[in-house]
Amino acid sequence: MTKTLTAIALTTLLTTSPVFAAEPVKIGMVTTLSTKGGYLGEDIRDGFLLAIRQEDGRLGGIPVELRVEDDGAQPEKGKEIADQFIERDQVRIMTGIVFSNVAMAVVPKVVRDGVFYISPNAGPSALAGKGCDKNYFNVAWQNDNLHEVVGQYATEKGHNKVYLLAPNYPAGKDALAGFKRYYRGGIAGEVYTKLDQADYSAELAALRAAEPDAVFFFLPGGMGINFVKQYAQAGLKEKIPLYGPAFSFDERLLQAVGEAALGAYNGSQWTPTLDNPANKAFVETFRAAYGRTPTLYASQGYDAARLIGSALKAVNGDLSKTDAFRTALEKADFASVRGNFRFGPNHHPIQDLYLLEVIKDANGQMANRIVRKVFTDHGDAYAAECRF
Amino acid sequence: MRLLLEQALNGLQLGVMLFLMSAGLTLVFGIMNLINLAHGSFFMIGAYVAATVTGLTGSFLLGLLAALPAAALAGVVVEILVMRRLYDRDHLDQVLATFGLIMFFNELTRIVWGRQPLFMDTPAWLAGTVEIISGVPYPAYRLAVIGVGMLVAGFLYFLITRTRLGMQIRAGATNREMIGALGVNIRLLYTLVFGLGTLLAGLAGVMAGPILAVEAGMGESILIVTFVVIVVGGIGSVRGALAGALLIGLVDTLCRAFLPTALRLALPAAQADTLGASLAAMGIYIVMAAVLIWRPRGLFPAYGQ
Repeated sequence: MTKTLTAIALTTLLTTSPVFAAEPVKIGMVTTLSTKGGYLGEDIRDGFLLAIRQEDGRLGGIPVELRVEDDGAQPEKGKEIADQFIERDQVRIMTGIVFSNVAMAVVPKVVRDGVFYISPNAGPSALAGKGCDKNYFNVAWQNDNLHEVVGQYATEKGHNKVYLLAPNYPAGKDALAGFKRYYRGGIAGEVYTKLDQADYSAELAALRAAEPDAVFFFLPGGMGINFVKQYAQAGLKEKIPLYGPAFSFDERLLQAVGEAALGAYNGSQWTPTLDNPANKAFVETFRAAYGRTPTLYASQGYDAARLIGSALKAVNGDLSKTDAFRTALEKADFASVRGNFRFGPNHHPIQDLYLLEVIKDANGQMANRIVRKVFTDHGDAYAAECRF
Repeated sequence: MRLLLEQALNGLQLGVMLFLMSAGLTLVFGIMNLINLAHGSFFMIGAYVAATVTGLTGSFLLGLLAALPAAALAGVVVEILVMRRLYDRDHLDQVLATFGLIMFFNELTRIVWGRQPLFMDTPAWLAGTVEIISGVPYPAYRLAVIGVGMLVAGFLYFLITRTRLGMQIRAGATNREMIGALGVNIRLLYTLVFGLGTLLAGLAGVMAGPILAVEAGMGESILIVTFVVIVVGGIGSVRGALAGALLIGLVDTLCRAFLPTALRLALPAAQADTLGASLAAMGIYIVMAAVLIWRPRGLFPAYGQ
């Protein structure tokens, strides 16, 4: 797979840019293409490749070569690939990691080695606060953001008896902490489930008995599908509104959940219908290229590529100008598909966050509509702790 | 009280699902002395085929009818191509080879169906809820799962105690060499048993499809619990698999439902929630350890092992 991709990228280069004699800039993508999370990495990769394809093998006018390797969602594997990229390929720019635990194993080491890492997804708090680094940029969000926006909305909506549910592992606890950072009402119950749990009947029965006025859950991937389906089957969908981060309601997951997700609310920084020219062009070309609607992950991969492009352009592809390249990245001088976008002092986004509702669109497809913008220019809670 | 009844029903339903998985696995493990980690892959195949056919035709029953032979056929092919080479080797080789099969099947679903999870809904005639306990609307589909499980248990009981094939299966579980020496075609018997096991796994997959995410690797989440079930029940015993599955289903559900609440009586809420969740996750393993201390060969050990 990797070889084919490289080959395609190379052929594009050879056929379209004979003028450039210089070596293309190598970009190493460590991402998750297998396991249950495989479709996340697939979308990040495809979004990234789309940006390269739109420029005929270049980013910001500079020829690039993207190398993609599958980390299988394992930190050890991710580390191994990163080492290979650095030692074998002399890669100076890396990106792609989906999961926070892989990012924690890879990122601190590679940025210490002087490599620039642009995160298109994982944004663990440890890398946003004290553990931040001048060579680390997150173009997606700090992990808490998509929970914070839901917490704020629940407060504004006047919910006062919210039931909380997340898996019993660090990211699950962070999610509920993020929600509670902006939620001011009461809590009807707080439940931690097994990681990778399939059946939620016991939790749903307890939830019904607690009679909450809303439910907030964070169950990424297949766990979310299980939960949302079972929530609807238990007859709770019509009675108690369901809230979560966008991770359980992206456009591909929604096809697998179907109508069980109708009417659920979720927090996101992006959605395909977001009204700005860059986004319209992105969604249209992505659909044409891959025959499916892009997810937020694809939009993040695309933005990561275009951010890198903007900085490559500023230094004319010369990565030995490390400081100039970093300054250019900090400027974020590209048209993000999110519209309003800039970096905060810890190289994490300051952006608008939205509350979405799951609907059926005009074509009968499951989709998200924007209920409203909840945060404008929202940063993260850890920026103050960051010192480069 | 109503909550307790509802949770018991949930436990029963989970137990039945586990029984469908473990009945096949315990036969294969007990009779053929084969550790098959790839049993979950046939669960996945059942779910994928059912989701695809249901999606194309709109009929859950057609999906079911397509998925069962598909899972059984996949099982027979795997038995002939792979498992036959493993019977005489030690368990470590079997674990390695069948672990390889898991990766093979996960990759195969990715090639055939892509990385995105598939959609599968409950059939319209089972979509609603039933107030089986007054005041507690219970999903009709889950009741149907319980019904199917009970039917399968009855069918297996009949098959094993009343038919010639069942007699050979029981004999095989007791003494594999002797039944071969008596002129029973042991290769064919193994193929049939393996196919029957994967058919049951496929059935579990179909029944799980509308409740769970149909995705690559879905079989692994349930596989470990399935092994716990057959160890608790007694390896090779279908009766043990039924008892073990119901026990584990109930323990798991009731621990998840009531442990955190119970701990809140003694500890501060935040600690109780975390500790309760961790203890609930351990519950079934504690039960397994206790059963093994009490009866080292499981609740209903098969004869002659």
